[in-house]
Amino acid sequence: MVKEIERAGIPVVHMCTVVPISLTVGANRIVPTVAIPHPLGNPVLTPDEEKQLRRRLVERALAALQTEVEGQVVFDK
Amino acid sequence: MTRKIRVVHYLNQFFGQIGGEDKAGMHPMDKAGHVGPGMSFAAALKDQAEIVGTVICGDTYFGENMETATKEVLDLIVKYEPDLVIAGPAFNAGRYGSACGAVCAAVAEKLQIPVVTGMYPENPGVDMFRKHIHIVETEGSAAGMRQAVPKMAKLALKLAKGEPTDSAVDGYLTRGIRKNYFAKERGSARAVEMLVRKLGGQKFVTEYPMPQFDRVDPNPAIRDMSKARIALVTSGGIVPKGNPDHIESSSASKYGKYDLEGIDALTAASHQTAHGGYDPVYANENPDRVLPVDVMRDLEREGVIGKFHRYYYATVGNGTSVANAKKYAAAIAKELVEAEVQGVILTST
Repeated sequence: MVKEIERAGIPVVHMCTVVPISLTVGANRIVPTVAIPHPLGNPVLTPDEEKQLRRRLVERALAALQTEVEGQVVFDK
Repeated sequence: MTRKIRVVHYLNQFFGQIGGEDKAGMHPMDKAGHVGPGMSFAAALKDQAEIVGTVICGDTYFGENMETATKEVLDLIVKYEPDLVIAGPAFNAGRYGSACGAVCAAVAEKLQIPVVTGMYPENPGVDMFRKHIHIVETEGSAAGMRQAVPKMAKLALKLAKGEPTDSAVDGYLTRGIRKNYFAKERGSARAVEMLVRKLGGQKFVTEYPMPQFDRVDPNPAIRDMSKARIALVTSGGIVPKGNPDHIESSSASKYGKYDLEGIDALTAASHQTAHGGYDPVYANENPDRVLPVDVMRDLEREGVIGKFHRYYYATVGNGTSVANAKKYAAAIAKELVEAEVQGVILTST
């Protein structure tokens, strides 16, 4: 899916937990996430902490979209 | 000597020597004996099999009337009481490949006799029918006829005689069928041996080849995020509560487009996941954990992003074929381009 969106000319960032699949599938900008059933959250945290975590990950995704890349890059920090 | 194996050959209007694109609308017809490339097949099948009839159909007619055409072709094939059907080869011709695949699949299903066709791996007919039939890998154009015919003929004879086949030996595209066998060495020993070869820079053959995926070059970065329109897309199956489009939990046959107007955050009351294959408890408790609508809304309000696109798109990635995912995403991408979306965050579970 990421590839078709990229192919259409829109930069796309893939937020996913299983990075090797994302790499195999061919995403170019990849942000690793927390866990398969809750990629952008963590139920052990308080709701506020959880939202902060989610915000950091989304900000990282936005940073990825603002970064020129050649080939595949995993934005893990 | 036992009697010769009776073969019917399927061809399009071009290889059937009726005409070019101007004849592509022709309805199915049949001729006794072999036609066009059938002559090389007859030579390759030698004294073991005989092409008793050839069925020819226009590619456009077949493509536009797949169901009817398949039936019509099948009716013509049946007349010859074949033991085996060979179609094409179609090389990289899409309509022809789909027709060859459809004819072979129908013959295999209805007549329960072996079928063989030949295609270039990227022919759309391959993905449509590879699981159902034997498709010998060919070159992309008819220049590969000379190599294709003996491979197809050899495999056809093996199948007709009920001999075991192997994609690596017989040159057909893998059908996704795993065969159990007893190996001499156990898995750990084979894996270590493979690893040693790999580390030594030697050739090794994986026992579990991964499917081929193509590559797309990354697009330029977004220059000014504060003016950019950003959309969310997910394969994690987040849908409005009740799953109004009935997106399947596995092997999704569709995707959904949903309005986020006036929604500041997703809740257990408003949204849920339709995805099977992962524990849905966390996503159902707070769907923002998969589709970060709450954070995106904040970022929009604070001016970090220019605009949070009004609609999000969702499907279920679980078991969904690459071909289908590609199709959905292409349709989604088209709409996103039309809506002047400048960046996409795609979340997966």
